[in-house]
Amino acid sequence: MAQAAIELIGINKSFGAVRANRDINLEVARGTIHGIVGENGAGKSTLMSILYGFYQADSGEIRVGGKPVSINTSNDAIALGIGMVHQHFMLVDNFTVLENVILGAENDVLLKSSIAKARSELDRLEREYGLEVDPDAVIEELPVGLQQRVEILKALYRGAEILILDEPTGVLTPAEADHLFRILKQLKDQGKTIVLITHKLREIMAITDTVSVMRQGTMVATRVTKETTVGELAELMVGRRVLLRVEKGQSEAGAVKLSVKNLTVKDSRGVTMVDNVSFDVRGGEIVGIAGVAGNGQSELLEAISGIRHAVSGEVMLDGKPIDLTGKADPGELRDRGLAHVPEDRHHVGLVLAFEENENSILGYHDDERYLKGPFLDVDAIMADAKDKIEKYDIRPGNPRLKTANFSGGNQQKIVLAREMEQDPGVLIVGQPTRGVDVGAIEFIHKRLIAMRDQGKAVLVVSVELDEIRSLSDRILVMFAGRVVGERGPDATEGELGLLMAGVEHQEAAE
Amino acid sequence: MDMFNAIVQVLDSTIRLSVPLLLACLAGLYSERAGIFDIGLEGKMLVGAFAGASAAAVFHSALIGLGTAVLISVAFALVHGFASITHRGNQIVSGVAINFIAAGSTIILGQAWFQQGGRTPALQPGERFEAITWPGADAVKDVPVIGPIYGELISGHSILVYFAFAMVPFTWWVLFRTRFGLRMRAVGENPAAVDTAGISVAWLRYRALICTGILTGVAGAYLSMVQNGGFVKDMTAGKGYIALAALIFAKWKPVNAMFACLLFGFLDAAAIRLQGSPLPIIGKVPVQFMQALPYVLTVVLLAGFIGKAIPPRAGGVPYVKER
Repeated sequence: MAQAAIELIGINKSFGAVRANRDINLEVARGTIHGIVGENGAGKSTLMSILYGFYQADSGEIRVGGKPVSINTSNDAIALGIGMVHQHFMLVDNFTVLENVILGAENDVLLKSSIAKARSELDRLEREYGLEVDPDAVIEELPVGLQQRVEILKALYRGAEILILDEPTGVLTPAEADHLFRILKQLKDQGKTIVLITHKLREIMAITDTVSVMRQGTMVATRVTKETTVGELAELMVGRRVLLRVEKGQSEAGAVKLSVKNLTVKDSRGVTMVDNVSFDVRGGEIVGIAGVAGNGQSELLEAISGIRHAVSGEVMLDGKPIDLTGKADPGELRDRGLAHVPEDRHHVGLVLAFEENENSILGYHDDERYLKGPFLDVDAIMADAKDKIEKYDIRPGNPRLKTANFSGGNQQKIVLAREMEQDPGVLIVGQPTRGVDVGAIEFIHKRLIAMRDQGKAVLVVSVELDEIRSLSDRILVMFAGRVVGERGPDATEGELGLLMAGVEHQEAAE
Repeated sequence: MDMFNAIVQVLDSTIRLSVPLLLACLAGLYSERAGIFDIGLEGKMLVGAFAGASAAAVFHSALIGLGTAVLISVAFALVHGFASITHRGNQIVSGVAINFIAAGSTIILGQAWFQQGGRTPALQPGERFEAITWPGADAVKDVPVIGPIYGELISGHSILVYFAFAMVPFTWWVLFRTRFGLRMRAVGENPAAVDTAGISVAWLRYRALICTGILTGVAGAYLSMVQNGGFVKDMTAGKGYIALAALIFAKWKPVNAMFACLLFGFLDAAAIRLQGSPLPIIGKVPVQFMQALPYVLTVVLLAGFIGKAIPPRAGGVPYVKER
């Protein structure tokens, strides 16, 4: 085995009462791609932040290239040749690529020589690794795939030999992700060491040499990728066998419950976000809308749920039209049996400063069940909240706890419980499992399928292709505001990926 | 020719009235570009004006006055930094507090030290910054057109006026041509990017606030030691707020800031000039209307004429490392 680039020995880190990392040992061989997988909150990011000097470990030792080192700031890490590509890019949006690259790595007090040096250095990196990007482009005008490339360039410019990538593919299209993997392989061939943090097992299998699994702050296993399987890794991650594809029977589609005809939506700048979209959702079926984020799915959801103004077209709920002027009363739509789980639970779905029980009736608080005369019936609300906590396995099971203190998965369950328990005829769900860990994903999927089996019409929008494929009876793919294709549940990932990237669509147009 | 002379006079007082606005506006530019909102420009100018006039009167030196003004103003800027950077307090609240402390303490200390109803003693020659006459200004005095322009507009101002206008290209150069400027702009947009690049966010922001303090100190000294021969209570009279408005109007850019401040200065100068003199067609206009004009125009300009002004994105938000 090659010499170790990084060794972590007995790392412990606590945040208050939470032990984020317990006695972690990790060895990454030089010139390899090492994956770290685990559920959200398993402690992957914390561990890497310790390595990058963002946090200091409470105890333990870090060795880089065999030598014990102390990394107290990001500067120390950079000096040791460690570079990090963060999940949320650490770029200044209105700076140029060059300015972002030199920030913090300037030669001297004046910028002139730094800019000249960076320009020639970027040119060299471009030739060596195929990392093409216009040095004078402004970051906010670049697509996310290129922004990520700038992050990689930043690290390489600082002389990184060890590159840590935190959830790098979360924002990329399948094609962009493939390109990233090619770049990573090339970097590996040049002798760089890469640590890839992800919760997507497919990526681990595709690109890594070795893989370590974390669970609840501990390192539970390290495997050679070739000698393991997706099933084994998933089991190690959650500690039990999980269904990666939820079992479901044949759908029995009934009458049309939700009908969208020629819907067109423009955003505040007048850009067409949803372009003449038509489809039906029948009772007893799940229709999934796939697409790379930002191709009009959000706007479509908002228009159907009456939040956003639509320029033209109509949406029929049980044969009667919905007000599309953007002034629809959400309460009225709820009364008509339309339940909406918004994409962004933090800003739209929940009031984080409220207690759990308050959020679990929010929007339905005018319902007679929760009222005693003009006042809220606290006892009824608490009983209702406890009931939902039990049914949806919301943890911790304390209805008085502030909603902000629940994990992402449990917050999502609070919203789902609220909307599903109203027994709606039509359920619209945006990103049902965004930021939710594997165990909860399975639960949420089962619930959605149960709704379907009760004869409800379910519309799911998700950027997770696996999720769409696993849940949907019919899959619609959106690209640039248009529905560019409809496929059955057996459509392959490659086929959908091409549609999502607009490839087939463009070819057809030519 | 009368008309021409009148215009030169209005422009001359435009320059004089713009200077405190310009200094305060550039001061605000440093802190806001670094992501710290500073509504306390007004207060810092006021303590600068008071400290400057007091020290100049006591030590009989304009330079000691200026130095003291800068020192005290920087101290107040550091208090703002301590509250909003180190302790991550609300920047607006901290700024308002500084304005209150400044308004109250200058009157109390002024009365306690000088017993002149909150005023400082009238400054004597040598204790003030005198006008500098440029070579040849007297010689060309009677030449038509060039005479008044060179003699009145360009020559004949105090050193602080030239300093203020020199600060415009200097600030531009610092912002866009130096390492400090690059980092300062970055920290106002995305402090996390600065932090992960291995640069201290707090130290960077403190340095920006020190720049702010220096400039508000000079602005205060200009008010009490150039424009006026001593400190009068509340002599900033809202100039700190107008400077903030000018900063937004200028979209946080130094050269724009200069033009914005000149415009506000011009409105002020025109209002003074037109007081009491009848206007064609409209006739005599009440003094109050003329005095209100700069503020009305401020509202109109800010509301409709500058398009979208996008402030530095991290402005007003204390930086906390995310988990």
